[in-house]
Amino acid sequence: MPFDFYVTVAVQGVLTGLVYGLMALGLSVIFGVVRVVNFAHGEFAVVAMYLAFLGFAMFGLDPILAMLPIGLGFFGLGYLLQRHLINPFVGRPEHEQFILLVGLAIVLVNGLLMLFGPDTRHANLPYGFDSYEVANVLIDKVRVYAAAAALVVAALLFAFFRWSRTGMAIRACADNLLGAAIVGLDVKHLYALTFGLGMACVGAAGALMVVLADATPMLAPAFTLLAFTIVIVGGMGSMAGALVGGILIGVSEAFASFLVAPSAKSMFSFAILIAILALRPQGLLGRKQ
Amino acid sequence: MMLKVETLDLFHGDAQALDQVSLGVDAHSVVAIVGANGAGKTSLIRTIAGTHKPARGRILWHGQDIAGWPSHKVCELGIGQVAEGRQIFPTLTVRENLETGAMLKRAKSKRHTNLERVLALFPKLAQRSRQAAGTLSGGEQQMLAIGRCLMGEPSLVMFDEPSLGLAPAVVGEMLRTIRQLASDGLTVVLVEQNVAVSLKLADRAYVLENGRIVLEGTGAELLADDRVRQAYLGL
Ligand SMILES: Nc1ncnc2c1ncn2[C@@H]1O[C@H](COP(=O)(O)OP(=O)(O)OP(=O)(O)O)[C@@H](O)[C@H]1O
Ligand SMILES: [Mg+2]
Repeated sequence: MPFDFYVTVAVQGVLTGLVYGLMALGLSVIFGVVRVVNFAHGEFAVVAMYLAFLGFAMFGLDPILAMLPIGLGFFGLGYLLQRHLINPFVGRPEHEQFILLVGLAIVLVNGLLMLFGPDTRHANLPYGFDSYEVANVLIDKVRVYAAAAALVVAALLFAFFRWSRTGMAIRACADNLLGAAIVGLDVKHLYALTFGLGMACVGAAGALMVVLADATPMLAPAFTLLAFTIVIVGGMGSMAGALVGGILIGVSEAFASFLVAPSAKSMFSFAILIAILALRPQGLLGRKQ
Repeated sequence: MMLKVETLDLFHGDAQALDQVSLGVDAHSVVAIVGANGAGKTSLIRTIAGTHKPARGRILWHGQDIAGWPSHKVCELGIGQVAEGRQIFPTLTVRENLETGAMLKRAKSKRHTNLERVLALFPKLAQRSRQAAGTLSGGEQQMLAIGRCLMGEPSLVMFDEPSLGLAPAVVGEMLRTIRQLASDGLTVVLVEQNVAVSLKLADRAYVLENGRIVLEGTGAELLADDRVRQAYLGL
């Protein structure tokens, strides 16, 4: 097998992995601050995929642009969800949160099945088959666009948490909840904002995902699992970890489907997951508890 | 009267932590609350601050009942707290910790002058401003907790055991700071294990036992009281 082939697979894996990373970033941010595990994460990603698909099929809207309104809409949805549905469960036993979010996931998947059926939907982009050729390496144009968009969204989120006052207040809540209440931060509002931001990541990632994979409700549980794998590999609560984990899992999937079979693409990912759990349970960039 | 607490009851689950607690705090005065471990001092402060919800009773702030208000609204009134265990944000920098105190609407516009004031009061914090707060010593963390509270422009500050776990030299410095703030016009509620010192500082004092106020008077009266001398001063 020529060496260029391996490079191509690796590059495609990195690009896909950045989109995965953005999706996982949403999960990581929500868990890192609100301490709620969003078991409906992949389901929301697939809802965003369908929205992007519809935008493209009905209005010819490029999914990479559709990322903006979908991300914004998901932000609002996430804010309201946290404020009204999930907040009463914060601090309650984990199994109660689990039932709430798994219930939500089931409703979402079945809602999609009712509306769209189980068939896959493909967004046939005009530049869907274009590619760049760099030193004998072929790279899909759509993947480059999607990865660049994911990177921009992730960078904006990093900057928000690092430099904005609201981002600082959210970090304070994650650091010491009682301390946050004592200085007069509106913790419920900040939690809802955080959930909204996490959801905006999933919404944007879902929209971008349409250019990488065909939409079907059946993807949802696989995406939830994928996001979990990435967050655990990258390190719970570490934002950079989610991106690094995404890239790693993206590359491993690309090689597994290339070397073994497309249906076996998760094989290496789970091997990595098990290795991480055994050797470095806090994840690549996670802090020791 | 600035703050008036009337027949306050608080429960932690089934256990009653406050039982018919009533007390008053005049503007620009120092009020000490004395009590053994588990008497309910922290519970009282947190109920006033809005992080615990009382079962019954009223908390009047300049005549307005604020019992059960969420903590961020209470802070917005000018009721600040230097909490037990300091409760700083360990991964945020010292500077960021101070900034979180100034996110209240009442304090936003005065952020810069308050920051200068706090750094003048605690020059150590200025030296360490870019350091993660978790790396500070206990005394420095306590200074940070006080500075962060002052950034919120409070008119009343409730100190919950500010000298707990500090080296003796630092304890003196901490109490001098509180005395200084009080003489600059800040209204102070002080819970302090160092009972003799806090009673000397106090205009008015209350003794809390098992969630009940069992004794009250001026600081000097309680200092002279035999029961207080026996139980809290070891005399
Ligand atoms: N969150 C809680 N849940 C259950 N019980 C609590 C809680 N907080 C305090 N208590 C109980 O309420 C009572 C009063 O506690 P509190 O912390 O107010 O006392 P304190 O006077 O501040 O004591 P210390 O001097 O040890 O700080 C104690 O019996 C304590 O065990
Ligand atoms: Mg206490």
